Amino acid sequence: MGAGGPPPLPLEQVATLAGALKGTRSALSGSLGTWSFLGGTILILSVLLLPKAVASPAFFLQILIYGVANGAIFALIALGYTMVYGIIELINFAHGDIFTLGAFLALPLVGLFGMTDSTPFSFGVVLILLLVTAVVMVIDGGINVAIERLAYRPLRNAPRLAILITAVGMSFILEGVMYIWRGANNVHFPDVLPGSRIPIPGGASLGVKDVIVIVSAVILVSLLNVFTGNSKLGKAMRATAQDREAAQLMGININRTIAATFFIGAALAAAGGIIFGLYFNNIRFDEGFTAGLFAFTAAVFGGIGNIQGAALGGLFIGLVQAFSNAYFQAALTDVWIFAILILVLVFRPTGLLGMQVPEK
Amino acid sequence: MNRRLLRSDTAMRWANRAFKDRNRTIYTLLIIGALLFPSFSDVTTGGSGNHLVSTAADAGVYVLLAIGLNVVVGFAGLLDLGYAAFFAIGAYSYALLASSQLSGSPLHVEFHLPFWVMLLVAMFVAASFGAILGAPTLRLRGDYLAIVTLGFGEIVPRIFRFLGAGSPIGNWTGGVNGISAIDPPKLPAFVSGPWFGVGTPIRVVSPFDFSDSNWSPMDYYWLVLILVAVCIVLVTNLHNSRIGRAWMAVREDEVAAAASGINTVAIKLLAFAIGASFAGFAGCYYGAKLSLVSSENFEFVVSVSILIMVVLGGMGNIPGVILGALTIFFVQFFVLTNLPDYAVAAANAVGLGFLNNSGGTWVGLHDEVQRLNYIVFGGILVGVMLLRPQGLFPSKIREQELEKGTAEEAVFDIREATD
Repeated sequence: MGAGGPPPLPLEQVATLAGALKGTRSALSGSLGTWSFLGGTILILSVLLLPKAVASPAFFLQILIYGVANGAIFALIALGYTMVYGIIELINFAHGDIFTLGAFLALPLVGLFGMTDSTPFSFGVVLILLLVTAVVMVIDGGINVAIERLAYRPLRNAPRLAILITAVGMSFILEGVMYIWRGANNVHFPDVLPGSRIPIPGGASLGVKDVIVIVSAVILVSLLNVFTGNSKLGKAMRATAQDREAAQLMGININRTIAATFFIGAALAAAGGIIFGLYFNNIRFDEGFTAGLFAFTAAVFGGIGNIQGAALGGLFIGLVQAFSNAYFQAALTDVWIFAILILVLVFRPTGLLGMQVPEK
Repeated sequence: MNRRLLRSDTAMRWANRAFKDRNRTIYTLLIIGALLFPSFSDVTTGGSGNHLVSTAADAGVYVLLAIGLNVVVGFAGLLDLGYAAFFAIGAYSYALLASSQLSGSPLHVEFHLPFWVMLLVAMFVAASFGAILGAPTLRLRGDYLAIVTLGFGEIVPRIFRFLGAGSPIGNWTGGVNGISAIDPPKLPAFVSGPWFGVGTPIRVVSPFDFSDSNWSPMDYYWLVLILVAVCIVLVTNLHNSRIGRAWMAVREDEVAAAASGINTVAIKLLAFAIGASFAGFAGCYYGAKLSLVSSENFEFVVSVSILIMVVLGGMGNIPGVILGALTIFFVQFFVLTNLPDYAVAAANAVGLGFLNNSGGTWVGLHDEVQRLNYIVFGGILVGVMLLRPQGLFPSKIREQELEKGTAEEAVFDIREATD
C-alpha cells in the first residue's frame, strides 16, 4: 500500500476534480501510480473498443449511452458502500438488498396512485414519482438505520469477523423478506417514463429515460458532495471516519453520525432502486446481490471511502458491463467485473482516487 | 475465604470438568450414531432405509466441507465467502478426469483415472487454487479477503458454465448440463457382509464397484465416514501442532504474532490452502457419489450454508462444527423441505384451510413456507453472532476470548494454578 504523506480525510475530496486529484497524489505512492493505473485502464479499453467503435460509431454511441445510464445506477449504490466503509470499515453486504428493497417498497406506493404502464407521462406523474421516491428513501433509510442499530452496533467492538457474518445474515434476511413478499420471479415495475428517443446525427438515439436516469443520479451525487463537504453533519461524518475516538472527544455523537451515514447511504440506494425499476421495469428479489457486488467493485475501483471515486467507479463498471454484453461474451460479463475487483484489490487496493486504508 | 466463593469455585471446577469432557462426549455420541444409523433408518422405514442412508452420505460431504472451512474461519480467523468454488474445483477435477467428458473436448481423449488417486489430485488442485488466490490477497486486510473470495466464488461456477458447448475454446465442462456419467469408485476386491445391509452374505467381492445396487448407497456411507474420520484426525493434529498455535496467534493479534516470529502471510496462506484442499477432497467424493456435477451446485448459497454450519456449531471447535453441519443439513434438507406440507396439514387441521389458497401476492401457505429458507439462514447467522457468538458448541479457548474477555481469563488462570 501507498506510503508517505498524511492520510487524507476519507470523505473529504469533494471540492473539484483537480482538488481531488491533488489530495490523492499525496496519499498514494506518487501520482505516477494513479496515472499509470488510469492510463493502463484507458489503454486496455481503447485497444479493445476502438476497432468496434470505428466499425460502427452509431452502435458504439448507443452502447455508451446505455452504459452511462447503467453506471449511474451502480454509482448510487456504490456511494452507500463507500460511505459505510469509510466510517466503520464494514463491507455492508446487505446494502445491495437495501437497493432492491427501495424498488420493492415503491411498488405498492406507485400502485396506490394508480400508475400503470399505460399512464400518460405528465407533470403530475413527475410530482408523484418525486413524492414516492422521497417517502421510500425515508423508509428504506429508516430500515437501514434499524439494521445498524440491531445487528451492527452491538458488534462494533467485537472481532471483525462477527460483524461481517452478521452483514451476510442481514442480506439473507432482506432477500428472504422480499422473496416471501413477491416470490422468485421478476416483478414488473410500471413503465411510466416516456419511451420517446431523441435522435442523434449518425444513427444513434438518446432515450428520454437515459437522460432522466443520468440527470437524477448526477443531482443526487452533487447534493451528497455538497452535504458531506459543507454541512455540520457531513463534517462530523468525515471526522468520525478519520478518527472515531478523537471525534468523540470533540463532542461528536458517534452513534448518531454513524446512523446518519447508514440512513443517507440507504436513501441513495433506495433512489437507485426506484430509478432501476423505472429504467428496466423489472426487478427480482435477489437483484441486489449481484448489483451490490458490482457496486462494491465500483467503490473499490474508485477507491473505497471516496465519494467521487465511487461515482467514477460506478460509471466505469456500468460501461464495462454494457460493452461486454454488446461486443464480447455476455455470459462472461460478470466474470470480467469480478476479475476487475480481484485485480484492483491485489494490485491497487487504494483504487483510482482512493484513501490510504489504515491497517487494523 | 468465605463460603460463597468456595461454592462458586467448586461449581466452576465441576463445570470445567464437564466442559473438558464435552468434546469427548460429542465424539462418542457421533460415532455411536454413525454406526447405528443404517440399522436405525432400516427399522424406521420398514426395511427401505436406502434413501436415508444416501442422504446421510450427502450430509457427510457437508461435514467434510465444514471441517475444512473451520480451518480457514475458525482456526485462522479468515472469512472465506467463496468456499464453494474450491468444492467445485474438486468436483470438476474428478469429473473431467474420470468420465468420457473430455472425448468431446478439443483434446479428444478421455481419462478414467481411479477415484483413490483423484482424491489426492483433487485435493492438490484445490489447494493450488487456494494458494494462487491467497498468495496475493492474504497481504490485504481481512475483509478485503472476504470480498476477493466472494468474487472468486462467483467467477468459478460461471466459468464452468461458460466452457460448455458453444464456447469459443470448445466444450470442456458440459456447460449448463454439467458432466454426467462419472465413474464410481472401484476397488479390486472388498469383503461384503452385514454392514451392507442385513442378510448380505460375508464373501469377497472382486472387483468391487461402489455403484453396484447391491451395496450402494451403504458403501458410500461407510466411505464418507472413513473420509470424515481421516479428516478429523488430520485437522485435530494440525490444530494441536505448532501450525495450529500459530493460526490462533494470527487470529487473535496479527501484529503480536508477527513480532513473535510467525510468518503471518505464510501461515495464513497455509490455512487457506489446507481449507481449500478439504473442499477439493469433498468435491471429489461428491462428484463420484452423485455421478453428476453441475455448476449450479456450487453457488453462493452453498458457501453461505457451510459458513452457517461453522458459525452455528462453534468456530474453531471440530466436534461443534460437525454437529453444526449435521444440524444445518437436517434443517435444510429435511425440515425446510417438509415444512410446507406440515404447515398445510396443520392449517387444514385447525380450520385455516383458506390460507392454502393463493390470492394477490399471497401464493398459498405451501409456497409461502417454502420461501422461508432465506430468512431462516439469515436469522441463524445474525442470531448466533448477536446472542452466542461462540456458537452452540464452542472451543473452550474461543469462548473465553469472545465472551469473558482477557482480564477475567487471567484471574481464572491463577485460580486454576493455585488449585
